[in-house]
Amino acid sequence: MPDSNPAAALLPLPPATFHILLAVAAEDRHGYAIIQDVAARTNGELKLSPGTLYRSIQRMLEQGLIVETHERPAPELDDERRRYYRITPFGADVARAETRRLSQLVTMARDCGFAVGRA
Amino acid sequence: MRLYGFLLRVYPASFRAEYGDEMRAIWARRRRDASGVSVTLLWIAALFEVLSNAAAIHWDILRQDLRYAVRTLASSPGFALTAILVLALGVGANTAAFSVTDFVLIRPLPFPDPGRLVNLWEKLPGYSRMELSPANYLDWRQMSQSFDAMGAYWNIAVNLVGQGDPEHLEAAGVTADLFSALGAQPMMGHGFTPAEDREGAPGTVLLSYQLWQGLFGGDPEVVGKGVRLDDEPFEIIGVMPRDFHFPSRDTLLWMPMRFHEHDPDFKDRTNNYLSVVARLKPGIPVARARAEMVTIASRLEKQYPDENKQTSADVIPLRDELSQQSRLLLLALSGAALCVLLIACANLANLLMARGLARQKELAVRAAIGAGRERLVRQLITESLVLALLGGALGVLVAAAAVPLLARLVPTSLPIAQTPSVDLRVLLFAAAASILTGLGFGVFPALRACRSSDFSALREGARAGGGRKERLRSALVMAEVMASMVLLVSAGLLIKALWRIQGIDPGFRASGVLTLKTALPMPKYEKTAARAEFYTRVISAATALPGVSGAAYISFLPMTMTGGVWAVNVAGQPEEAGRNGAHTASLRYVTPGFFATMGIPLDRGRDVSDSDTLDSTWVAVVSESFVRRYWPHQDPLGRHFKMAFSDRTVVGIAADIHVRGLDRASEPQVYIPYRQAKDGWLIGYAPKDLVIHSSAAPSALLPAVRQIVHSADPEQPISNVRTMADIVDDQTASRVAQVRVLGAFAVIAFLLAGIGIHGLLAFAVSRRTQEIGVRIALGARPGGIVGMIVRQGAWLAVAGTVPGMVLAYAAGRAIQGILAGVEPGDGITFACAIGLCLVMTVLGSLLPAMRAVRIDPMQAIRSE
Repeated sequence: MPDSNPAAALLPLPPATFHILLAVAAEDRHGYAIIQDVAARTNGELKLSPGTLYRSIQRMLEQGLIVETHERPAPELDDERRRYYRITPFGADVARAETRRLSQLVTMARDCGFAVGRA
Repeated sequence: MRLYGFLLRVYPASFRAEYGDEMRAIWARRRRDASGVSVTLLWIAALFEVLSNAAAIHWDILRQDLRYAVRTLASSPGFALTAILVLALGVGANTAAFSVTDFVLIRPLPFPDPGRLVNLWEKLPGYSRMELSPANYLDWRQMSQSFDAMGAYWNIAVNLVGQGDPEHLEAAGVTADLFSALGAQPMMGHGFTPAEDREGAPGTVLLSYQLWQGLFGGDPEVVGKGVRLDDEPFEIIGVMPRDFHFPSRDTLLWMPMRFHEHDPDFKDRTNNYLSVVARLKPGIPVARARAEMVTIASRLEKQYPDENKQTSADVIPLRDELSQQSRLLLLALSGAALCVLLIACANLANLLMARGLARQKELAVRAAIGAGRERLVRQLITESLVLALLGGALGVLVAAAAVPLLARLVPTSLPIAQTPSVDLRVLLFAAAASILTGLGFGVFPALRACRSSDFSALREGARAGGGRKERLRSALVMAEVMASMVLLVSAGLLIKALWRIQGIDPGFRASGVLTLKTALPMPKYEKTAARAEFYTRVISAATALPGVSGAAYISFLPMTMTGGVWAVNVAGQPEEAGRNGAHTASLRYVTPGFFATMGIPLDRGRDVSDSDTLDSTWVAVVSESFVRRYWPHQDPLGRHFKMAFSDRTVVGIAADIHVRGLDRASEPQVYIPYRQAKDGWLIGYAPKDLVIHSSAAPSALLPAVRQIVHSADPEQPISNVRTMADIVDDQTASRVAQVRVLGAFAVIAFLLAGIGIHGLLAFAVSRRTQEIGVRIALGARPGGIVGMIVRQGAWLAVAGTVPGMVLAYAAGRAIQGILAGVEPGDGITFACAIGLCLVMTVLGSLLPAMRAVRIDPMQAIRSE
């Protein structure tokens, strides 16, 4: 029922989308900062390519998960080519819903004996 | 960096405009951080990444555009349906025409390496090509170097007894190497070996797939079984594959042809009946083979100066054997289909342009809220492609329905199946035609509609469309009128040609005459007396049937067998080389009563009679043209001539008939009494066609006739049961089919052009509502308004008709070969076509004119 729960309609999120939401959760970031943040968070395992990044961003803008913000940092830290993105309340809802879905999945996996770090 | 920028061009322009700078910046950083091998890896990764992401983005856009296109088209169903129907007609007509043309003209013949297959002909003065005599064939084969294999065949017919009812079957006598020349192998059993060509070898036969499936029920054990053909035992040695049709699709079985060394028939170099096929050695061009054969022929001419007088040779690729008429007919069909497609395209372009103008506000709004021009153009193109593909799909259905109707246009003379199929090639053609139409006639209106300067449309009350667009649309409508004029005239000329041919008197009675074939098998009926007894029994019993006024036998019915032509020598006339076309006549054996049964007037003298026997004077009935040629202004009765090894005395003069067909010139005719043939002489000419004239319906007569033949000889099959009227109708059957097809195309073109005129004027009226309102307010009379609109339509019609007439005349000249003497500039046809164009213009302008008259001036002015 997409109308009653629009957030659920977008689940499961593609991994790139989820990572981008995590990257802009705490602060507004521009494209390259998102790539770096995702790489740092995953210990360099996930390096988003520019194409994947902007294709995801384009779709996320259309879906209303993020918006482009026109507040810019101090000029000495800025580059005029950069565009900054901010998570929307809806984007936060979707991220929470995806977190819930994943943790339920993890719980189910544990119940089946797929515990991590234990014998 | 520049290279990366170039790579980014794979992305849609809108995406590039949005994110290109940032992507370049990120790339620059990465490029800076990399060195050595990792630079190469970076490039490889970038290439894959760009290609996969760009494809995904393009796909996203396409999906959006498709959704949007379906929504907009669904919201204007009238426009969508018109466009789809217009396209379906255009694509359907072309797909159908292509499927037939491809099948007959383009597709390679169904033999391995068909480009190396050629026909060999003798060439004589007066004949462009002539079959070979067995003696010349054997010499040619032995002396030539250009060919891998050379084989000969001739069409025969045999009676098959022992498989249910006796059957009369079309067959071919072939030499053993014919199949190796063609490169054909039986699918079961084995082919003929040279040993089987020899005299006295046991009889063997190859079945066609069709005969094996039909008469033999697909019996898997058929190879090795025996059959009786013409009363002699034969062994079935194999079955040919399903798609093997040679020399034509009527051929049902093949048997080895044997040349009897002591047969005078074989020695006679003027006895031409062999068709010859050869396979060129790889790399030998046709011209070289032809040159070689001409040399060989001239050597043989020196060796046999009398028999081979002026006999040369010709080598013609098998594919080119198609008659000029068939080729012309198919090209005319393709041309007509192309005309229809062009008209459909012009109509579609007009529809799309009008729609683009009407949608200008919507497009301007979308541009204003940020859609780039490229996105809008892309959206419009997607829309026209959706239309084109829907129209194309419907067009394929139209074509699939039409192709069986076009099957009559496939000439029987080719070694291919009768019905072309709508296969992958044809579908690809239809798809290509649709997409090209959609693109070609969608892009231009889209670009026009999206021209940025036009986006001033948002201004309050801005008028859509300027003078230039109007002119372009008028030009398109003119082109439609022009093309439909060409089709109308061509169809008209063909109809007139058909009428002319149908109006030709064949010279004999066609109605109420039943015909059938009882081909008497040899050697059972080799004796003339045996045949005479059979004929007498059948004819006397048939004549006694109620309603029957006459019955007779003849060697070959007119219009079914066009050969049987012999040289004529008349004492006291300059002796010509026997085979010069000017001194030949067609020869037929007849039984008494033939002329009366067929309604052929006997002008003078008498009919042949039962008392004309071997012992009495050898006589003949000749046709009027025969008399005109040899004894003009003299009494021909009692005069002598030599023909077919005998001296004959003229005892009667019959009216001429069309032996060769309605629209072909025929030789003079000679009829000789059936009893005046020595045993075993000219057995190919032994009468086999029975004609019965009756007042009863032929179908009612048939069971009784079957019974009569059965009681005369229980093993004698009956075949080719038809009425003489059917045989005459067959003469024009392919013409009728062709007239129907071209006529249908012309009607479609006519309607489309009418729709085009109507659409243009309707749009013009809606655009000029205000102006017309002012005119009415200022006192213009309804008649004047109507006149103004109709004048605009008439101008378009005249501007299209005049160049259309020139093109139509050119098209008529191009198809003159199939016009049966109708002039390409035929006045009545042109007058009719012009009249129809006039009617079309008036009808097309009427509705818009009515709408113009009904404009309420107050409302029109207030709406500004």
